[in-house]
Amino acid sequence: MPPNSAQYYSDQLRRHLRSGLRRPGDLLNPILFFLMVITLFPLGLGPSPEQLSALSAGLFWVVALLSNLTISGRLFAADYEDGSLEQLIMSPHSTALTALTEVAAHWLFSGVILAIVSPVFAAMLQMPTTAVGTLVVALLLGTLVLSLIGAIGAALTVGLHRGGTLLSLLVVPLYVPVLIFGVGAVNEAAQGRDPSSWLALLGALAAMGLVLAPVAMGVGIKIAVDR
Amino acid sequence: MTDVNLERGYRRVLSGVNFTVAAGELWQLAGANGVGKTSLIRALAGLVKIGLEGEIVCNVSLLYQGHALALKPLLTAEENLQFHPSGGVSREREAINHALETVGLAGYETQPVNQLSAGQQRRVGLARLWLDDARLWLLDEPFTAIDVVGAALLESRITEHVADGGSVIFTSHQDSRFGEALQTLDLARYAP
Repeated sequence: MPPNSAQYYSDQLRRHLRSGLRRPGDLLNPILFFLMVITLFPLGLGPSPEQLSALSAGLFWVVALLSNLTISGRLFAADYEDGSLEQLIMSPHSTALTALTEVAAHWLFSGVILAIVSPVFAAMLQMPTTAVGTLVVALLLGTLVLSLIGAIGAALTVGLHRGGTLLSLLVVPLYVPVLIFGVGAVNEAAQGRDPSSWLALLGALAAMGLVLAPVAMGVGIKIAVDR
Repeated sequence: MTDVNLERGYRRVLSGVNFTVAAGELWQLAGANGVGKTSLIRALAGLVKIGLEGEIVCNVSLLYQGHALALKPLLTAEENLQFHPSGGVSREREAINHALETVGLAGYETQPVNQLSAGQQRRVGLARLWLDDARLWLLDEPFTAIDVVGAALLESRITEHVADGGSVIFTSHQDSRFGEALQTLDLARYAP
């Protein structure tokens, strides 16, 4: 490992964060998407609080999955088009870890922001207040896993024409465990029981993703650049 | 490189390429469009592995500059050089500003790159050549989109690097600019 690796990774993270912050409007888009879809449910399902409350956990997570899918697919697209991916492969540093800095920036801008504003959305869906704390924690862990899985798909499909459809086919099945554990945690808390086992499962997924996803991303990026 | 064969999209573009670049040498890869200049230079950079046969041995540090410049449109010229993904760029602010001044972009340091013209963006990319300490430069069409003054500047930088014991391989359609120092590898010879 080259001596200044830590400096390089933190530089790359700063580069992504700074680039993202230059256009704050783009950061709001996923949240607005979320807000729009959430408002559709009371209209479509009827405004009865009991019904919404019973479905709220499931609805919330399905929308989180979809909103993540729409943005993570383009994760490496800009870097592919402007040649950054070529340069980061040329660098003496690990492609996998550099890709991880990109996912970290993506997660901070999407999952973390969503987790922060989620209590508002939870109230809109009549989610029991006892479940809101669990929802925030579950979202922090779950969106990290979603971003990591989405990034694998993005690395594999970057540079492909109509990679979007292929991406959904690759990624959505892998999102399923997050959906199940996430809904499990929130429902458990909503019924006043201890959700920690579900949260632990999400944490385990996140830990596994952090270790394995960068390897897959690194290989995917190298193949994409070689095309 | 010895006995290098290169395929792109199941079509062989180059076969039996043999050449060696020593320190202090300047090479131009020449040939018509589609002859495989970019493919070969990307193979030299280690970016192409699929469809590559033969052996490429490189024992010096590399700098590769392709058609795409790896600049982030929303970051300034200075930030782009500071956080360049190649990782090889020296990060002293003074050095970066000096390099930008050399390529004629004094006063544009804090301008987002997407507000610069294509030629100016090219110059931001080329500023790397004043910052990096790689010994072998692989430059793909370095003279594209820059004006006469920029081209002269780039020529003098390349000449300086070569005189300093570095090596440069570049692709260009244009005729040689460097006089006797330049060696040309005509890729048409290696068409299958």
